[in-house]
Order: sequence, then structure tokens, then C-alpha cells
Amino acid sequence: MSMPLETATHPERLRRVCIEPLTRVEGHGKVTLLLDDADQVQQARLHIVEFRGFERFIQGRPFWELPVTVQRLCGICPVSHHLAAAKACDRLVGVAELSPTAEKVRRLMHFGQVLQSHALHFFHLSSPDLLFGFDDAPAHRNIVGVIQDEPELARRGVLLRRYGQEVIRVCAGKRIHGTGAIPGGVNKALDNADRELLSADIAQVIDWAEEAVVLMQQLFEAGGDAYRSFGAVPANTLSLVRPDGALELYDGGLRARDPDGEPIFDHASDQDYSTLLNEQVKPWSYMKFPFIAALGAEAGWYRVGPLARVNNCDYIDTPRAEAARRAFGAAGEGRPVQAVLATHWARLIELLHCAESIGRLLDDTDIVGNELLREGESGQLGRQRTGIGVIEAPRGTLFHHYEIDPDGLVTRANLIVSTTNNNQAMNESIRRVARDELDGYALTEGLLNRIEVAIRAYDPCLSCATHALGQMPLAVTLARRDGIVLDVLRRDADGAVRRGDEPISSTTATAPA
Amino acid sequence: MSNDEQSQSTFTLDGRRIPFTPGQTIMDAALAAGVYIPHLCHKPGYAPHGSCRVCVVRADGRELSACTAPAAADMSVESEVPDIRALRVAVLQMLFAEGNHVCPACEASGNCTLQAVAYHCGMLTPRFPQRFPRRAVDASHPDVILDHNRCILCELCVRASRDHDGKAVFAVSGRGIGSRLIVDAPSGRLGDTDFSAEDAAAHVCPVGAILPRDEAFRTPIGRRRFDVAPVSRVGDVAPDPDAEAPVPDTATEVMV
Repeated sequence: MSMPLETATHPERLRRVCIEPLTRVEGHGKVTLLLDDADQVQQARLHIVEFRGFERFIQGRPFWELPVTVQRLCGICPVSHHLAAAKACDRLVGVAELSPTAEKVRRLMHFGQVLQSHALHFFHLSSPDLLFGFDDAPAHRNIVGVIQDEPELARRGVLLRRYGQEVIRVCAGKRIHGTGAIPGGVNKALDNADRELLSADIAQVIDWAEEAVVLMQQLFEAGGDAYRSFGAVPANTLSLVRPDGALELYDGGLRARDPDGEPIFDHASDQDYSTLLNEQVKPWSYMKFPFIAALGAEAGWYRVGPLARVNNCDYIDTPRAEAARRAFGAAGEGRPVQAVLATHWARLIELLHCAESIGRLLDDTDIVGNELLREGESGQLGRQRTGIGVIEAPRGTLFHHYEIDPDGLVTRANLIVSTTNNNQAMNESIRRVARDELDGYALTEGLLNRIEVAIRAYDPCLSCATHALGQMPLAVTLARRDGIVLDVLRRDADGAVRRGDEPISSTTATAPA
Repeated sequence: MSNDEQSQSTFTLDGRRIPFTPGQTIMDAALAAGVYIPHLCHKPGYAPHGSCRVCVVRADGRELSACTAPAAADMSVESEVPDIRALRVAVLQMLFAEGNHVCPACEASGNCTLQAVAYHCGMLTPRFPQRFPRRAVDASHPDVILDHNRCILCELCVRASRDHDGKAVFAVSGRGIGSRLIVDAPSGRLGDTDFSAEDAAAHVCPVGAILPRDEAFRTPIGRRRFDVAPVSRVGDVAPDPDAEAPVPDTATEVMV
């Protein structure tokens, strides 16, 4: 199935424009545009050009390695993978409920990581577009430009990120790729020195976070209708929520709403994700396309991440972030906010929520408690063979699903990463930008930057998101220099290999002459 | 100075006089004197093996494994000199290339002697093409896992099972690059042997090949064996009576 502007009818007649590499995003990606003679965009695609393969090479490994191994998917939000895998492993060892100390140390680690990731994204990657304008000179439209023109803002960005990294180090032993969470709990709690270290700066961190929200609100409101409509696409939304409907980043039920805010499902168990969601593969991307099963592939795509979460939740349980959420909600005039640039606003509201939550946890004596681990009630021999862990990563809902054999070795893994959930939404946003901003104009760097601005709003982590090994349909075309196609070899999603339109066995496929 | 000490034979190790008693190897005498010579297959109380070659030294002009070469009076031994260090690093680089040693994902990281010795010897990069052998994990035993990916064929487990446990759970089969650790069960699975987590062989592995089940990553970063003290201080070497007790260094990130 192809969405509007996804596949041009006659691509061979069109002019190709490629934005590569995408800048100021995590990982490597590119956008291709096909334009006709009237500069009308006929096709726009976001491509992910790197390939990972974690789901395959963890097969045969002991499950208890997963939280440490799989976090290596990413250097930006490894804590999300670490904790999602740890939650799945909690299931595998039969621990339904962690000790208060273990859960709160994990939450603290997660708040630290969302805080640092959001700070990195806003201050380092996206603020140049918003502060200086989409058409600003590329040599200035970057973090160095922010340091030159807004040194205090840049300094705060660096220090906010540093604070989040320190929270992670205290909880996991290292700022990147630590070992804090283990199946059934954590391997350490905080000590009083850790608490004092983090408590010393938290009031400042909260104030800076709140001022960043105010700045972003002002930027969004000053942007007027242009900001409200930029890349805006009416999307379904998906996120975890707490049982009482509050914003939830670590553990909760799944809530999906349609573009009008009407429920599709609510408080669904994260263990049922595979019946709620399906995944589609397309021949032109390593990244899968998930969708809400009940709505089908065409209508079921959805948005995750800060915009989805802040739209989806009923309230935020920290006071200053909740006040900011109310102001944000007013911008939607009673409906979910669909402006892609409002994602930055929502992201900073979450950053404020994380800072407030860290402050609250630092006052909680459970984080210096002694009960780190719980044993499974079922015992080793009665272990579960399937473990599913779902968490709200900085970029959105993250699913880890593992199956193990009786010895505890991984037999199958499925990861649906936040950015993968946003795949279709990102493609829809760049198509909206292509239609609204590019159609009919001679392309300039500033116009092409608008495509990147739309993608950046989602804060994609492209290295995390490419996992379609063995399922991706492929087509290899052999063409002469003059463009005449000599041969085509296709592999379908089911693994069948065909030459041209005829089914052939993969074992008999030979290189075309 | 007592008469005993006066009459004790000595050799020089990097210019320092090391006393020894008849029958001691260069390694035994050095460790007893508090001088560390990097090693992997050697363990005090175990029969010398000389297989890992990491303890290479030059004794009177000949390269030898310190763990098998008997100490001799007035022998001149070089260990911490550039060309011997380079040989050691090359041996370590071959060990890393031969197996699948993925420190970032390994639960032995921070407790692994291979990793610690590589850090100590200054091995900074891989040098030889990785062989990426296809090896299995044997998790059939209820208390211990056997991960062949990390085995360096030091045979400490073989010697421990045979000489200390009175069993013969482990052996090395095959020759040359085809050598591999096997277990004493027709199925080839550790769970079908009489191996026990209480055996000495369960606690002697210098890498992450034989590990207790379900204890992975329970020691936080900063408190692992080689976070607390370097291998040159705790690697079987006699303690320095003047040294201060090691303190965990949680502020630095040394190990992966």
C-alpha cells in the first residue's frame, strides 16, 4: 500500500533531490524528493541508511545479558533500552513487583536520561532553527551560533544535559552504558553522598527547565499560524499513561487516541502490544512501519513521543509541569495539538516534569534503601518463557519482546523502537512540508532545511530504528548505462525470491548476464 | 640479616634482586616477592601450564614463560622492557582475535583477568583480523553457564577439576586452532556431568567462560574486582605490607 506522495507514478521522468546527510539528528538518514518539470513534488521519502541487527545477534545469548547488551543500540538514550530490557527480564524471572528502592532508582535513572536527551535535542539540535529562523545561514544555524548569540542559553543547555548525565552515572555507574538495572531489581541504591551531590543543583535545574518552557511557548506563539500549520498532520497518538491518566514514562497502560482525541484503546496491558499493533515493511526503507491493528495499515499509523504523551495524558503529577501542560492544552482549543513544532514545547514540559520528579525522588528515603532485588515467586524452573518490557523513551513508546528456551537463552526478539513508531508520521510531516512550502518553488537551502526542521521535531534516533532484517522486501535492478533495465531480482516480504514477475527459487537465482 | 636470608639464592628481575628457593619458578619467586608478572593460565597452587604465553620474560637472553621456567641463581630476567611488553601485547591481541570477547556486553567485565591484563599491558587496539568463531553457550547446568565464546583454553578448569575436585569434568579436545573445551558427558552438555557450583573448577576461570548463573551484573560498576585494585596488585601477587587498603574509585570510568 502506498500513501499519497510516497511513490510517484513515473519516477524515471522526475528530477531527484536528495538531502543527505540529515543534520542535527541522531544517526544517519536522508530524504529524497522527486520533482516534476513544474517543481511540483511527486514523491517524498525519509530513508534510514544504516542497518543494525540486534534482534538477530542476541539470539543464543543468556537473557540476563540483555539489559546491558541491547542498550548498545544507542548512545543517546541507552537507559531506555536498558530499562525496557530489564522490565522484560523482570517478567522472565517472575518478579511482578520490584522493591520500592529498585523501582525508584530505576525511575530516577530514567528521569535523568529523559532530561539529558530532551536538553540535548532542544538546545543543541533544534534551538538554532527556532531562534534564528529556518532560512538563517547554515554556518550560523547550529550550536556554535547559539553559543555566540545566546551564550547563557547555550550554557544552560550544556549544564542541564550534564545534570541528567550525572543522575544516570549515580544510578548506573557510568553516564553511558552502565549496569544499574538487573532482572528483578537494581545492583545499587544511592548513598547519602550521591543524594547530596544531586540535591545541590536540582532547584537550579528546575528553574532553568521552567524558563526553557516559557521560551519555547513564546517562540511557538510568536510563530503564529505558520508554526501551527508547519508539517502538521492529524495523527493518532499512542503512549503509556498511569492508571489515573497521568503522564507516565516508566510503566503504565497503553492509551491510543484518534486525531480528535477520541479513544481507540485505553489502559491496555503493555503485554498485549502485539495484538494491538502490527508492523508493515516497505521495500524502500530498513525501518518498519507499525500501525494500530484495529485501524489497518492505511489509517492506523500513529505518533509517539512528547507531543503524543502530553496530548494523551489527563494531567501531569508535578505542579509546574502541570501548569505548563494546561497552557499547552489551551493552544489546542479543546483538541489534541497536531502542530509538529509544538513537539518542542511538549518536550520541554516533559523536561520540566523530569526535573521536578528527580527533586521529589531525591527527597525520598527509598532511594537509599537496602532491598535491591526480589526473587521470582515461580523459581528458576517455573520461569516465564516470554518477556515484554515497554517504556516511554525520550522519543516515544519503546517495546522490547524476548522469548527464551528452557535454558534461558534467547530464541527470538522483537524491538519496536520509538522512532520506528513515528516512521509514518515523520513521512507524512515531510510530505506536508513538501506540498506547502516547496511545491512550485526553485529549491533553496532554506527550503530544504524545512524538511529537516519537520524531521527534527520528532527527534528521531535513526540508529535505534532499523531492524527489518530478513523481512524487508528487496528489489535489485540491473540497468545499462543508458537506463535500459536488463534484469530485476525481487525478494518478497515472505522471503520468496522472484526474477521479474516470475517466482524462482532462491537457490537457483544466478547473477544476471 | 639472618643466616637463612644470607644463604638464599637470588636472581635479578629488571635489576631487582629476587630471592628464591630450589624448585620455584621465576613466576613463583616474583609473585612471592611482590613483583607482578602478567599471566592468565598460571595460578598459585596449580600445576604450571605455560600455555597462554602472556608471562613471557627474557632470562639470560632467552624468551621463556616465567610460570614454567625454574629460577636459577644469578639469572638475569627482563620483564618490563619494551620488546618483551610488545610480545605480551601481541599474545593478548591474538587471544582477543581468536575468541569472541565482547567486553561491552560481557558480564565478566571488570572482573575479567584477560581484560585487566590487557589494560595493564597497554593493549589499546585490536591488531589481527577477528576470527569470529561460531561457538555456543551451554546453559544446561542449573547453577553455572559455560560460554565457549570467551574460553582461552588456559585449562585452569581442567586442572581444577582433575587435581582439586577429584573429577574430570573438563578436557581440551582437538588440535591447533581446532582445540576446544569439552565436558565429560555423552551429550556434550555441562548439565549432564557431575559438575557442581561448589567445585573449585567453577571459580577458577580467568575470563567469562565459566560463570555462576543469575549473578550477572550484580556488582555495580566501581566495586568490581579490578575497579577496586589493578591486576598488578591483586593478580596473585603477595601483598605489599606498606600499601594502603584499596578504595573503590567510583568517579572514573576505566572499564567498559
